[in-house]
Amino acid sequence: LSPTIGCSEIELLEADTFDLYCFQSLTGTKFFVVCEPGTQHMEALLKVVYELYTDYVLKNPFYEMKMPIRCELFDINLAQAVQKDRVALLGQ
Amino acid sequence: MQFFGGSEISPSPPTPTTTTGNNAHMIYIFNRNGVCLLYREWNRPLHTLNPQQDHKLMFGLLFSLKSLAAKMDPTSADKGNLGVPQLPGQGCSFHSFRTNSYKLSFMETPSGIKFILVTNPRTSDLRETLKYIYNLYVEYVAKNPLYTPGTPIRCELFNTAVDQYVRSI
Repeated sequence: LSPTIGCSEIELLEADTFDLYCFQSLTGTKFFVVCEPGTQHMEALLKVVYELYTDYVLKNPFYEMKMPIRCELFDINLAQAVQKDRVALLGQ
Repeated sequence: MQFFGGSEISPSPPTPTTTTGNNAHMIYIFNRNGVCLLYREWNRPLHTLNPQQDHKLMFGLLFSLKSLAAKMDPTSADKGNLGVPQLPGQGCSFHSFRTNSYKLSFMETPSGIKFILVTNPRTSDLRETLKYIYNLYVEYVAKNPLYTPGTPIRCELFNTAVDQYVRSI
């Protein structure tokens, strides 16, 4: 459906009550963020989450590919990253 | 969502926010049955499918995305299963999506007429633009006594008006 060459995938879907950001890694793992309409810097948050994913999940020798992620450290750091983002937004 | 704000029949076009013309690639207008009422292209270097398949794919994509947006809505309670068709005003609907090479803006009227505009990805919110094009549709097509609803639009004045307006976005 793309009018020009070089189209990869949908990066952002804007609806009435939410925005959905998507990031796809080179291996095909997809990261989605659902947020309030008009939130800034969600692409940066997605990259941060991707970094956390590689650090806590992929480098974990006990993690089996394609299984749900049950890693506490990953959850804690993820919550921290989102909280930092929220505080930064409220502080502006 | 207040759809018909203001009392003017034809509001003045929204002031253009981007400086360069020639922003838009193509426009589609569908009715509620999936009939493509209008397809115009101004800048489309890549054609992958023949027109019928292209229209069907576009309509199917919009149907799926609207359904997805309504079910993914974090602010409302659950409403039935995925795949149940949504009425035009019901539930949350998406208004645009963006890829790295284009931005697609979408608007559905309460009567089920869908307006789709494909532009370059840096374009800002085009909802007012689509509302203006809907007003053009009302003036040139809906009020035309010779036009049969549900058939493709063959009105030169409408085409010219749309071309002219889109070039100024």
